[in-house]
Amino acid sequence: MGAFIELDRVEKVFDVRKRTGFLKREVRRVRAVDSISFTVARGEMVGYIGPNGAGKSTTIKMLTGILTPSGGRLRVAGIDPSRERMRLAHRIGVVFGQRTTLWWDLPLIDSYRLMHRMYRIPDARYRENLDRLVELLGLGALLDVPVRQLSLGQRMRGDIAAALLHDPEVLYLDEPTIGLDVVSKARVREFLRELNAERGTTVLLTTHDLQDIEQLCSRVMVIDHGRLVYDGALAGLHEAGGGERTLVVDLARELPPIEAGPTARVVKVDGPRQWLAFPASESAAPLVARIAAEYPLVDLSVREPDIEAVIAKMLSSMGDASVPAPGRETVVPGAQSS
Amino acid sequence: MGEGGRTAVGVRAYWLIAGMWIRSTLAYRVSFALTALGGLVVTGLDFVAILLMFAQVDALGGYTLPEVAFLYGLSATSFGLADLLIGSAERLGRRVRDGSLDTLLVRPAPVLAQAAADRFALRRVGRVTQGALVLGYALVALDVGWTPVKVLLLPVMLVGGAGIFGAVFVAGAAFQFVAQDASEAQAAFTYGGQTLLQYPPTVFGKELVRGVTFMVPLAFVNWVPAAHVLGRPQPLGLPGWAAFVSPLVAVACCALAGLAWRAGLRSYRSTGS
Repeated sequence: MGAFIELDRVEKVFDVRKRTGFLKREVRRVRAVDSISFTVARGEMVGYIGPNGAGKSTTIKMLTGILTPSGGRLRVAGIDPSRERMRLAHRIGVVFGQRTTLWWDLPLIDSYRLMHRMYRIPDARYRENLDRLVELLGLGALLDVPVRQLSLGQRMRGDIAAALLHDPEVLYLDEPTIGLDVVSKARVREFLRELNAERGTTVLLTTHDLQDIEQLCSRVMVIDHGRLVYDGALAGLHEAGGGERTLVVDLARELPPIEAGPTARVVKVDGPRQWLAFPASESAAPLVARIAAEYPLVDLSVREPDIEAVIAKMLSSMGDASVPAPGRETVVPGAQSS
Repeated sequence: MGEGGRTAVGVRAYWLIAGMWIRSTLAYRVSFALTALGGLVVTGLDFVAILLMFAQVDALGGYTLPEVAFLYGLSATSFGLADLLIGSAERLGRRVRDGSLDTLLVRPAPVLAQAAADRFALRRVGRVTQGALVLGYALVALDVGWTPVKVLLLPVMLVGGAGIFGAVFVAGAAFQFVAQDASEAQAAFTYGGQTLLQYPPTVFGKELVRGVTFMVPLAFVNWVPAAHVLGRPQPLGLPGWAAFVSPLVAVACCALAGLAWRAGLRSYRSTGS
């Protein structure tokens, strides 16, 4: 089976106008997406991550047909998204984590009825999909509740169902777990796993939560300064980034810094609490066992590195050669206008 | 998909979305009733102002009260129709600013249809009703020899006028792709234009009438065709047949507005802002 999503040297260049004086303006040419190429096969589940402003949203907007690429070739299910936006809309589902598409003042079911008619979903298939989504996402008791009365987690589940009623082949999720509590996050992740496993829906998600990626995605793509800087497994990302996790240890009393082997080092001591950094690719278990055996351990917790930190480390470890050239933002000569 | 298929999809999506907004409105019945009533009172006062003026004078720019009421009724009704059906498009700038326009772009329906149906406000029927009442009064009170042509001209004026105002709404929305805070400037042409047309062209300076005839051809909403009905000379010495070209002007305006919309949407999709 060939590639379902195909990007070949896709670019997106914006001209950003900035006032520099009373009438003077400077035009900056920003390469939000700089010659990105990748393919995603049908049924893959891919995490698309990167710092704010790296070009994630711009890529998603090009893949959904919202934005027209400035250059390169882009295909989703064989369709050029920007040219055939409406035809593509029938085959994709989009969930913007911070922006609901549900109808605020109406019962949840009304939003689904609108999808039914707007996407011209055959009656039998609509009912079947609705029943399945209501069951899997636990929406049964919520269908008659006005959306404004739903909690954030309930609304997110409602939005995900709305995006899937028309059986899209690919689901784009922009920050699907942002702001959700632990239980809601787990529920959304479990659902996405099932969706991908049972229906073979291709899933592309952007997130700031590394656990989303760990629990869902076999593949991660990292974008920074508009360039694809990593494409592979999550474990590889930790290695490439030399990412570190932090073990926070509460001891029974104040003690000198813990000595816990060659790969872990104490980075901070505050009374009986100590912070140890260790490689993210390593298991925490032996480290914990060693400390528990030698020190009066009261409590402990492990902190995952956040995505920004992993990416920052990865970029610096790759050295100057692959750090994006400073020419990404260029002042267009002679482009000063009044 | 052909242009015809696209239009059909758009019209269908329009009514689906408008229906959702009507139901949303009815979720707050009392609030809806009060704003509808308030709207009717406020627009009603609008015509009372003209009545008060006629308490002091017998004619305004040479036009009698029924004649002014005729102009008023035509302007208010056709504007009301356009505002009801497509006026929401003026909220586009807000959607561009807060990024919620993107949610319209991932739906299988034309963006213009979705933007026009956005926050469809049933209370705007009040303006149409008020305009129609004033127009009704004018038709009864006017001392005009009605010919079949003049009678036929009435619906043509209303539809043509709504088309012209609708085009101004769409063109204004298109401009908001580029300048997101332009809805104030747009209001000068829509709400301002509507008020302007409620008075006879003879009370305004020639330059203004010229601008409203040739630049933004609002004069074809009522001034020019009404001149035929009222048996008055055409403003600016336009030929007599000008009274019948309102539908053509409306079609031309809509075509231009459609092009402007496309250009605006294309620029949004290439710049993302």
